[in-house]
Amino acid sequence: MSRRKTERLLGLVVCLLSSPRYLTAVQIREAVPGYPESFEAFKRMFERDKEELRELGIPLETGFNSAGDDEAGYRIPRQAYVLPEIRLEPDEAAVLSLAARVWRQAELAGAAAGALLKLRAAGVEAEETTQPGIEPRLLAGEAAFGPLWEGVRDRRPVTFAYRAAGRSEAQQRHLQPWGVVNRHGRWYVAGYDTDRDAVRVFRLSRIDGDVRFSGPAGSVIVPEGTDVRETVREWDTHPPAQRTAVLRVRPGAGHGIRRHATPLLDSAGLDTAGLDSTDTAGPDGSGLAPGSTGGWDMISVPFSDVGWFAEHLASFGTDVVALEPADLREAVITQLKGALA
Amino acid sequence: MTTPGKPLPRGGAGTSTTRLQRLLALVPYVVSRKVVGLADTAAAFGVSERELVDDLNLLWCVELRSPDPYCPIDLSYEGGEIVVSQAESMDRPLRLAVDEASALLVALRMLAEIGQVASMPGLDEGQALNRTIAKLEAAAGEAATPSTQVAIQVDKIAQQAVLDQLRDALARRHRVHMSYYVPGRDEATERDVDPMRLLIVEGRTYLEGWCRRADAVRLFRLDRVLSLDVLDVAAEVPAGAEPKDVDQGLFSPSAEDLNVVIELTPLGRWVAEYYPCDSIEELGDGRLRVTLRTPDPGWVRRLALRLGENGRIVAPASLAAQVREDASAALAQYA
Repeated sequence: MSRRKTERLLGLVVCLLSSPRYLTAVQIREAVPGYPESFEAFKRMFERDKEELRELGIPLETGFNSAGDDEAGYRIPRQAYVLPEIRLEPDEAAVLSLAARVWRQAELAGAAAGALLKLRAAGVEAEETTQPGIEPRLLAGEAAFGPLWEGVRDRRPVTFAYRAAGRSEAQQRHLQPWGVVNRHGRWYVAGYDTDRDAVRVFRLSRIDGDVRFSGPAGSVIVPEGTDVRETVREWDTHPPAQRTAVLRVRPGAGHGIRRHATPLLDSAGLDTAGLDSTDTAGPDGSGLAPGSTGGWDMISVPFSDVGWFAEHLASFGTDVVALEPADLREAVITQLKGALA
Repeated sequence: MTTPGKPLPRGGAGTSTTRLQRLLALVPYVVSRKVVGLADTAAAFGVSERELVDDLNLLWCVELRSPDPYCPIDLSYEGGEIVVSQAESMDRPLRLAVDEASALLVALRMLAEIGQVASMPGLDEGQALNRTIAKLEAAAGEAATPSTQVAIQVDKIAQQAVLDQLRDALARRHRVHMSYYVPGRDEATERDVDPMRLLIVEGRTYLEGWCRRADAVRLFRLDRVLSLDVLDVAAEVPAGAEPKDVDQGLFSPSAEDLNVVIELTPLGRWVAEYYPCDSIEELGDGRLRVTLRTPDPGWVRRLALRLGENGRIVAPASLAAQVREDASAALAQYA
């Protein structure tokens, strides 16, 4: 923005903010320096200026001073313009600056900095503290976050190409976005999928290319009582583990699987299944005594999805052997043959 | 009707609209403090003193012509002290935009959730967070509403005891000994660590410290700490130990890392989502070729076994051969 334009916009804000009455375009041109002589050129420039002020969040109102006026005028009502009084105690100002830093490299960094600027201008003393006890951060994330947040904010439907897990082709999806949620460090958008006629959750990292708006602002209605966190949580929650696998695990190995295990036979051949597993098996499986039942421990582990669990077991290589159930055993064999190919 | 979504504007002193925003904030900033120093104000606004003086001159020069010419803003900055003697209608800052209110409120609610799932220094004392959230919601008014549609969930910290021990160790600057699970190698490792700080990145809690086993700064995920003891030994973080710049990401590649090229089927694409890749190339039909860097070949072998037919190591060839040997040996146990 050139200095002249900045001066003109600043003059326009002060002029409209100071005036108790609606000012017509002609009155504005007279009062604010910097507009061109030609009325057509002025109109074009004034239109752009109005747009810029609105983008900054400046409440520019249009209206008539009296019923007899035949031309609408403009004003910025002070009531709508000013940030209401806000006074923060030192401990409140400290958490506020900590909050502003959360986004530092993430999508809303500019917005957080802008907010802090206004609050400081309101008299809040929010300084960057040097050494807080804890530093919470979001990382720079997904390109889709910006437009999806705008869609949520402006209640505007969106469309994007989405590659569902395991699909070879991305599909064009249409969504009325309800909210954006970060769960376990990943961003999701939840909303109403108008192609599927159902509530759906999408992972932002699987969106392929641009997110586009597919309808007017204000046209999305979020059902009352919607909790987007809950929507994403339900979608992301795995079915409870209903099946039990019996595994042979090399002593001293397979820590990742032992963390969820109940020991059946330790390597000394002792039956430990009768004991309370929460007491016997520490998180690292230290409750399993090392020894030599053919050098292996026997454990049982709950699971729900055979495919996923077989992949997990395969990753342990020669340290874990699936014994039961048969379909799990077969799935691990298939998995290992796949790695051999 | 399709219009591409615009990227959100980033902060920074140089961008076009930020100057107008800064000018609108500058007058109330001074007015609310009566008198402020040039240097302090420049620092608060993240500009040089020269830029600030330029801003002040611009504000002072604003002139309206109707009905009679007048200058709505009068100020001086003699002797390095800014005083605004006439501010007209500019004496208060502009209300918060939706994006601005949301950025702070979403972050504050995340901090409050951290305070709920775990007792953290500065986040639970005196309910400062709840008070701040309430005040900010009141000040933002309607602009606060959409912020409830963005949420950052904080993972539950199962081991509050470990967290408390670490806070104690940090406060007293003591060394800790821990048993730490490394999933990539499926190992429970024993190590002494000199704690540096606690971090919460994307809802997960980490200890950053000088690892005496690696002789380097390391991040440890608290949910992988199997057990921990605070030792009766003073922590000795070497003077040159640099905290990781987490804003650049959690993974810092090293020159000694192994470069691994893997081809993935559509069912193996999750690898590109879960791990930072140096390059990602679409091969058609949803297949990908990715290049990963890792200090640990064992991790790649385990990844390849997990992928099965959905991932194939292209390079290095020796690693691909190793994976076939691993798979073959594991299969032999099913014979």
